[in-house]
Amino acid sequence: MSDLSRRKLIKTGLAATAGVAGLAVAAHIAQSYGLVPPDHGGIYGLGETLTYASQRLLTRHSLAREFHPSQISKPPLANEMAPPNDAFKRLQAGGFADWQLSVNGMVDRPASFSLAQLKSYPSRSQITQLACEEGWSYIAEWIGVPLSHVLNIVGVHPQARYIAYFSFQPDWWESIDMADALHPQTFLAYGMNGGELPVGNGGPLRLRLPRPLGYKSVKFITHMTVTDSLKSFGKGLGSASPEAGYAWYAGI
Amino acid sequence: MSDSAYLPSSASAVPAATVASRTSRHSVLVRLTHWITTLCFLALLVSGAEIVISHPRFYWGETGNVLTPTLFKLPIPSSRALVQTGYGYVLPDQNGWSRYLHFQAAWLVVLTGLLYAISIFLTGHLRKNLLPAKADLSWRAFSTAISGHLRLRRPSEAEAWSYNVLQRLTYLFVIFVLFPLVIWTGLAMSPAFVSAVPATVTLLGGQQSARTLHFFVSLALVLFLLVHVGMVCLAGFRSRMRAMITGRAGTQGEGT
Repeated sequence: MSDLSRRKLIKTGLAATAGVAGLAVAAHIAQSYGLVPPDHGGIYGLGETLTYASQRLLTRHSLAREFHPSQISKPPLANEMAPPNDAFKRLQAGGFADWQLSVNGMVDRPASFSLAQLKSYPSRSQITQLACEEGWSYIAEWIGVPLSHVLNIVGVHPQARYIAYFSFQPDWWESIDMADALHPQTFLAYGMNGGELPVGNGGPLRLRLPRPLGYKSVKFITHMTVTDSLKSFGKGLGSASPEAGYAWYAGI
Repeated sequence: MSDSAYLPSSASAVPAATVASRTSRHSVLVRLTHWITTLCFLALLVSGAEIVISHPRFYWGETGNVLTPTLFKLPIPSSRALVQTGYGYVLPDQNGWSRYLHFQAAWLVVLTGLLYAISIFLTGHLRKNLLPAKADLSWRAFSTAISGHLRLRRPSEAEAWSYNVLQRLTYLFVIFVLFPLVIWTGLAMSPAFVSAVPATVTLLGGQQSARTLHFFVSLALVLFLLVHVGMVCLAGFRSRMRAMITGRAGTQGEGT
């Protein structure tokens, strides 16, 4: 009997060692392939990492579903949000002629873009769904310039891994990995349903990503930084969302 | 009412003689996966309820929001001011940790479920203990089992070693229909997942349909949980809990 339990103990010990070693190897591989999200620490880190890693492997190049014009939600829901502040209202009064998007960080040519400049680049449109983590959704046509076009203009360094982007509204910022940043459906959107992008939907400029949930599509964006690490941004969790208790990766 | 009239017709019941020679009612794997699933299910239930509270309206089709008609609304307050519930107050937002917990528990229960599903094929648990015996698939056997349940008849000791035909069919339905459905409808709500596998959502009629179906399949699982716990209480809470925790069965000690 004691022989059996010793054998059992050795077996269990070996299995546990193999398990831990396997996990360590898996973590190392995941890290080197960029499959570990910035909010991987803490009690929910395991689930978050599994979700991000598996979805990144599965969806690196997949395109969000596009819809027929007849499926556009009418009227489009403007998620209630008061215009952020007086400075915004002044820009709004001037027709956003002075709106600027600055791009810096790990780029060859840091630059600032006016709306007119962004609109002078080849425009694209997509009819895609915006789904909120609360459970509601709507379909709209989004018009803008693919983010990859602007990133090509500034010349992103090869070691870049993330883009952090910031709203005119204080304390609202997000970040995405390069797979999402270079994705053909990731737009700097300035138009919606054939017209200008309304302020209620994030106008004059919104980073529009149809694959993650709505909170990654930050409204009123003014600034972007290209980086290889998110540790020095905010609390180092990747974006304002995890600081507020929400997952950084929002593919589900 | 005599038990002997009931028992011999049940091909699933194990004769008492073999019962005594057995060492374990439930294998370690069944017990372990049972309790991990229990924990995960409770976590999914609590976090799922919190997520629903942020938008207690349900729709059919691709899209739905406060400007579109609902399929139905839950008469509860919401954690978001966007939803007019008529309550005049907004509950605190719990969506952040709820979503983290929901997906963490989902991963754990899916991996546990896979381990269980593979093992019941390999160990013969499926064939021996879950698939009903041919003799049990007759109307007579069904009606006997159903009337026994309806009269809330406490099962005999021999039955503590085996599942009756209603249990078997219920467990098979939960394992091979409800669990896969709840995973499918859950994944269909993921905009990134459906970008890779669009049929996940189009087959269900749209993302909001998937959300509504996810809610109803969850309700079915809650109903199963309630009936399951109710039957455990009826059959002898202490002995059945002991069997599922330690593996030892029998009713000795019950009621003494």
